[in-house]
Amino acid sequence: MKQENNKAHKFGMVIDLDKCTGCGSCMVSCMSENNVPFKEDESNKKDSITWMRVYKLTNGKSFPDTEIVYMPRPCQHCGGKGDHGHSPCVSVCPATATDYGYDTGIVSQIYTRCFGCRYCMGACPYHARYFNWWDPEWPAGMENYLSPNVSPRMRGVVEKCSLCYHRYQAARDQAYAEGNKDEIAEENYQTACTTACPAGAIVFGDLNNPAHQVHQIVKPDPHPDPRNKHIVGKSRNPKVFRLLERLGTNPKIYYLSEREWVRKAGDNYLDGEWDKIKNHHGSESHG
Amino acid sequence: MKVDRRSFLGLGIGAVAGIAVSPMGMKLTDDSSIWTQNWPWTPVPVDGEVTYESSVCSLCPGSCGISIRKIDGRPVKIEGLAEYPVNYGGACLHGIAGLQYLYDPARVKTPLKKNGDKFEEISWDDAIAIIAGKLADIRKSNSPEKLACIVDKEQGSVSGLFKRLLKTFGSPNFYTMPSLESYLELTAEALHGEGQTIAFDLENASFVLSFGAGIIEGWGSPVNCFKANASRKERKAKLYQIEPRLSNTAANADKWIPIKPGTEADLALGICAVILEKKLFDSTATTNFKGGLNKFGALLQKDYTPSKTAEITGVKASDIEKIATLFAKAKMPVAVFGKGRGDGAQSLKELAAVHTLNCLVGNINKKGGAFVQPKFKYLEFADEVMDSIADKGFAKTKTGNYVNQLIEKLNASSQPVVEALFVYNANPCHSLHDPKTIKQAIGKIPFVVNFSSFLDETAMEADIILPSHTFIERLEDVPSSAGLAKSVVGLTKPVIEPVFNTKNPGDAIILIAKALEGNVAQSFEWETYEECLEGMAGEIWDSLSEDGFAIISEEVPSESVPVNISFLANNPATVQAQGDFELTLIPIDNMRLISAGVSVSPFAIKTVSDKVLKGKDIVVDINPLTARGFKDGDYAMLTTPKGTVTVILSMNEGIMPGVIGMVEGLGHTFDNKYVSNKGINVNDLIGPVIESGSGLDAAFGIKAKISKA
Repeated sequence: MKQENNKAHKFGMVIDLDKCTGCGSCMVSCMSENNVPFKEDESNKKDSITWMRVYKLTNGKSFPDTEIVYMPRPCQHCGGKGDHGHSPCVSVCPATATDYGYDTGIVSQIYTRCFGCRYCMGACPYHARYFNWWDPEWPAGMENYLSPNVSPRMRGVVEKCSLCYHRYQAARDQAYAEGNKDEIAEENYQTACTTACPAGAIVFGDLNNPAHQVHQIVKPDPHPDPRNKHIVGKSRNPKVFRLLERLGTNPKIYYLSEREWVRKAGDNYLDGEWDKIKNHHGSESHG
Repeated sequence: MKVDRRSFLGLGIGAVAGIAVSPMGMKLTDDSSIWTQNWPWTPVPVDGEVTYESSVCSLCPGSCGISIRKIDGRPVKIEGLAEYPVNYGGACLHGIAGLQYLYDPARVKTPLKKNGDKFEEISWDDAIAIIAGKLADIRKSNSPEKLACIVDKEQGSVSGLFKRLLKTFGSPNFYTMPSLESYLELTAEALHGEGQTIAFDLENASFVLSFGAGIIEGWGSPVNCFKANASRKERKAKLYQIEPRLSNTAANADKWIPIKPGTEADLALGICAVILEKKLFDSTATTNFKGGLNKFGALLQKDYTPSKTAEITGVKASDIEKIATLFAKAKMPVAVFGKGRGDGAQSLKELAAVHTLNCLVGNINKKGGAFVQPKFKYLEFADEVMDSIADKGFAKTKTGNYVNQLIEKLNASSQPVVEALFVYNANPCHSLHDPKTIKQAIGKIPFVVNFSSFLDETAMEADIILPSHTFIERLEDVPSSAGLAKSVVGLTKPVIEPVFNTKNPGDAIILIAKALEGNVAQSFEWETYEECLEGMAGEIWDSLSEDGFAIISEEVPSESVPVNISFLANNPATVQAQGDFELTLIPIDNMRLISAGVSVSPFAIKTVSDKVLKGKDIVVDINPLTARGFKDGDYAMLTTPKGTVTVILSMNEGIMPGVIGMVEGLGHTFDNKYVSNKGINVNDLIGPVIESGSGLDAAFGIKAKISKA
């Protein structure tokens, strides 16, 4: 039991795309929690800072067979090839401004170290990183609602989702204060997007902890994928997938959908390729 | 000195070596990273003790419980309140962004008085004195009924105080803006009798047949609906969505049934016809029918056979029969009305036809069905003190039944039918059809007082603005409404000292009443609004103030109710879209925007897709088949009988050919650069079409055409 508690955490989430309604609560909750600024025109989505962004996907069919699904996309908190912590962004950062937390699995962003080279943005396959082209500006008085738990960023640095790391810190402090050193209760550390979701589409927790709901839904495979040893933690739930999974970035954000076209939309496939692999879930021994 | 090759190379190598070993490069990089980040104007929020306060959000009729996190006494975050019996945790984006409204650039910071084209600041005392003076003159001229009032809703103590002020003053001219709640009451009145309202038990229904109700577009009590919808998967409940466009609700539904816009009533009647024809109805339920069920049946068999209905609606005859069978045979079916958010224009024919489906299959007042019950009351007002002027004035007939009829009368008459107007929590100059005529009508009223927190389009037309606290700063009772199956009252509490020189609207009314003296003042004998609310809430006050809410009832109503079918049996005409262009422009409700009441927050507008708003231009949905000759992203001119605007076309396979969809809630013109002057107000392009029989503005869309920009 003691052994279990000392194990490193691996925080992640699974998002049920059949439940997601595209309402945008997660986006606003994230902005409000993390002091994300706003500007006069946010319709150019390339410079609009949204740590959590909800994408709209369609099945590409014509009327009336069209279908829509919404896909919330926070930072994927990649574990990198083989899940060794060499995330695409961490590997390229010359300033060690972004780092992999081996105790949590969270990819950090340290604003005061970042000097804005934006290599990480180029390296990220998920467009999860945003650059502050301008200084943040709040209308008179509005800076009163800013939270001291997350430092407001300045012009010239990159920012991204931290899985509400300050909430992890608070939960850890609480656990220490209550004398349960490494044990953080599932409900004590939940991200702002998870708690805001009115549809209950986001489930967040420790992927390494079998008692957590996220582990039970995802059932991460403890063995590397026999087809590609760089892929670790593939879901053994046939309805669960990750984005661009075959890159071997090993994201900790999983998605869930009953619809096959949605699962297929999680990666790019050559003709016929999808049919060959769509029914492969996890290593043979745990199939 | 001569520079030869040797010394040149020597110098060069020396310089390179010098730079490499010198700390200068490192120092400069370090400095530049410090320099790029040390901006003294980047705020450093003050840390302090963390506390939580519970309250209720009153931005929309949904009324969700919220928890406000405060640090060092400053509210920093709003989240859903897990134990609140409406939303059970979870919150919508507008509520979460609620703190932005506190410091909104368009807030009215102090009472304002219009002087020519500009507003000037005045004191509360002066403002109340001016209002009392004008009202006293109206009363003296013996026409107290010429004071009118438009508020957002009927329920609640603040609306109650406005109504009381009007009654004791001597005016019956109290109006509420169209809302889902008002339509529910109207439908209940038409089918079941006065004083009733309808609720839908979506949390338990096993088959939801929605006639365009945007269950996840902000319809009803939004978070409650989101939860009910999300639990469908576990409950194995089905949702069939009928509407011309693949909305989020349609996309999330088990089946989307595209329908020609504005023919929902006909489809509902067509389904009724199949249910009657195939004897799929509940025979005990039909014994409650009066007003000519046979006549109704005969009408349906004649005009609404599956093939005729298919022709009108564009839904296949076989599908109509299939839907009717599925609906009638489902264990707990419920048919839901109120297109979009349910607060836009609706026709009574459609509302009644859809609800008749519920009546036919006998799911009224059953678990998972539709609840028909008297409007719940929880406030007890003491009797008003009336004098002869009040009695006489109040007994006069109302100028119109609805706001749109009042506006019509105002515009039609050369004499002022209304001498003074109060507006509270309503923005008719943006949220009703053809705002130009509404501004014109309000312009005809000599004296307009607006109790708004923001300088919105309607407040701009006022003579005096009495600024209200936002929901973060005020005390107020918030009754759940909008079709929620249980009756809950919540208490909004002030969690921060007022940021500006504003007042609780309840206190403002009490001040006005006291300044009027006589019987009006005698009817408002409270010192403060808080005292008034505590007194009126009576026995539920303790639970309101301690728990933050009181559950009035959560049981399934047990009474069987009569169904009067005479309105439909008389075969009311379906309202047709105005104009004779080929295409139909329909309004779209988008969860990330707000169509009535306040405007959106900067955070909410930030989440709006670039397929809805691009820069300052509005993007409309159109099927590629309809937009032949255009490419995705092209500019086009969109013309309706009400005017021509420039739009960007978004080729969307999720909208019926022949239909153009334009989002509601954009095109605000007030002073907030983050949310105003973006896009077009779709209401500018649509004129009201009055449904005969009900008097409602029932224009769902308008005929339109597109041409090259």
